[in-house]
Amino acid sequence: MNLRRTLLIALPYAWLLALFLVPFGIVLKISLSDMALAIPPYVPTLDITAGWAGLKEFFSQLDFENFVFLTEDDLYWRAYLSSLKIATLSTLITLLVGFPIAYGMSRASDAWRPTLMMLVILPFWTSFLIRVYSWMGILSQQGLLNQFLLWTGLISEPLTILNTNVAVYIGIVYTYLPFMILPIYASLEKLDESLLEAAEDLGCSRLQAFWLVTVPLSRAGVIAGCFLVFIPAIGEFVIPSVLGGSRTLMIGKVLWEEFFSNRDWPVASAVAVVLLLILVVPIILFQRNQQRQREQEQ
Amino acid sequence: MVQHESPTVFAPWEDPEQKPLIRFIDVTKRFGDFTAIENLNLDIYEREFFALLGPSGCGKTTLMRMLAGFEAPTEGTILLDGADIAPVPPNRRAVNMMFQSYALFPHLTVEQNIAFGLKRSKMTKGEIADRVLEMLRLVRLEPFARRKPHQISGGQRQRVALARSLAKAPRLLLLDEPLGALDKKLRQETQFELMDIQEKTGTTFVIVTHDQEEAMTVASRVAVMDHGRLVQVATPDGIYENPNSLYVADFIGEVNIFRGHARALGDNRYEFTWAEGKAPFTAVSERDDIPASGPCSLAIRPEKIAITAERPEGALNAVEGTVLDIAYLGSTSTYHVQLAEGPVIKAQTANNRRISRRSFNWDDRVWLSFTETAGILLPGHE
Ligand SMILES: Nc1ncnc2c1ncn2[C@@H]1O[C@H](COP(=O)(O)OP(=O)(O)OP(=O)(O)O)[C@@H](O)[C@H]1O
Ligand SMILES: [Mg+2]
Repeated sequence: MNLRRTLLIALPYAWLLALFLVPFGIVLKISLSDMALAIPPYVPTLDITAGWAGLKEFFSQLDFENFVFLTEDDLYWRAYLSSLKIATLSTLITLLVGFPIAYGMSRASDAWRPTLMMLVILPFWTSFLIRVYSWMGILSQQGLLNQFLLWTGLISEPLTILNTNVAVYIGIVYTYLPFMILPIYASLEKLDESLLEAAEDLGCSRLQAFWLVTVPLSRAGVIAGCFLVFIPAIGEFVIPSVLGGSRTLMIGKVLWEEFFSNRDWPVASAVAVVLLLILVVPIILFQRNQQRQREQEQ
Repeated sequence: MVQHESPTVFAPWEDPEQKPLIRFIDVTKRFGDFTAIENLNLDIYEREFFALLGPSGCGKTTLMRMLAGFEAPTEGTILLDGADIAPVPPNRRAVNMMFQSYALFPHLTVEQNIAFGLKRSKMTKGEIADRVLEMLRLVRLEPFARRKPHQISGGQRQRVALARSLAKAPRLLLLDEPLGALDKKLRQETQFELMDIQEKTGTTFVIVTHDQEEAMTVASRVAVMDHGRLVQVATPDGIYENPNSLYVADFIGEVNIFRGHARALGDNRYEFTWAEGKAPFTAVSERDDIPASGPCSLAIRPEKIAITAERPEGALNAVEGTVLDIAYLGSTSTYHVQLAEGPVIKAQTANNRRISRRSFNWDDRVWLSFTETAGILLPGHE
């Protein structure tokens, strides 16, 4: 009995330890190391056979040099800021697009809801990479979008969208839209119709009832959706590197270049550690929101 | 000095000069091919306390929702103050509704829930705060003002819903089972509060209740519904003493029903044969639809039947039986008496003696008797 309980509690912790804390420890260690032309491309590496002296030697070689370096080259903080900006803005756009969709879904008749839900989830059935690449075909100079706009006569010159920040926003909004729609839909679906009737009965117009009842009651869903978009969007690397231009600055891209182009694992690791620290704040806030919502529902 | 004013009887429905506040004209409501309200005609007058009674699903809530503006009649018109209300949206009707499901805003505190409607009016902040406090006092929820609906009990929630609908002092207040979750004492107190409010503000109330006693206590008139139709609309005593059908007699209060055959004796008197070889009963009825000779039913309330050890001297209607069961209800007891002819008859007596000195016990032979005006003669057996 007691063993079972211990096991039940220990299991998720073991999972967390193996899949999060241990890798994080490794990354943290690399970020404190120095670059070297070797395999792996950093020193020092831990040599257990050298015993106690070896361990001491190992720790004495670790330092914060790489973190200091991040503050010296303005590329890094500019990349962090730019990522924050792109993530914030695209979260807002996703919210503006996602809320009406979720609202429409929650108001649709019971017969339609499963179909609409399918349509939202359907893109997940195709590889994310393929979907991002297909946006290249849509957004390029000779792409579907430009051809369509030229055909309608709205524009006379093809627009340059691909390889700009606009394409990055489109890509992020498109990719993360379901993560915004689903939590909002979940909270709107629970909303009791009679609450809106009560609001109207007490003198609200439809619009007022929406603002005073629907919006506050879907707040938890909106917050959850925003975090679910914001957190992965900050570290996003595929979308800016496929759809963005050379001037699109995002920390995920910087990280990738440090790692694979420069083969500077220690600096790349330092970038990753700082990114994680930045993300800890919204993740904690997200957890709080979820907890509060659960308490409210009891 | 005590003044005795004879209160003028409140009965606007008997005065042809009076204009009704609400008027249902041939109203029918269908959901798909299901008819929830069928060809309903009803007048409700200003300052009335109108109670709707009826079994679950008979259309009480639907009727209220049409008044509040959440459902439109499929056919017919509803007039408020003589004007068709169909084009008026719910937020512009001087009507407030207390929902059967309460519909409290879960994100607002008790206080904010009550203030919600007031904030939509032209009242100042100070006036709103005063009104909210008044309402909180009325429903005795001052200590819970800052709580959210999920932090209070079911009965407390019901009182918040009541306070919220009362707060705006509307001309017409619709209460859908407003007191069902309250204990008896609090319910009675709130009933009197409601009547008091009604007297002070002149608000017209339409109230749905499953509690007949409640309807009897508070209502100026009671409507008994069945399957979307009004079966009878009358004053509480009218409904109780003069039900127009067996359905109403059976639905309101306890009743014994004899099915038999009536034969007119003239002068509104009837001979009622109900079992072969038994002396017929005599009943008086002023109804004009009793057949001169034909199937009829006789409904008698338990409290109108006397129970004695011997056949009472000169009693017109008397039958003999044995006590089958005694239900002790505190102030009264109901005796279930098995007649030799089969039916079990309920007779009620006041417990004006201690229970140990009760005159009758199980298996005693007793006589049941009632006067010729005690029973209600109704045509037919249904
Ligand atoms: N929106 C709707 N769609 C279909 N049928 C409905 C709808 N609303 C009510 N009904 C039906 O209409 C009938 C009357 O419902 P209503 O809610 O008025 O009953 P009620 O008299 O208030 O019952 P209760 O005492 O249980 O509250 C019921 O049979 C119900 O199933
Ligand atoms: Mg109802």
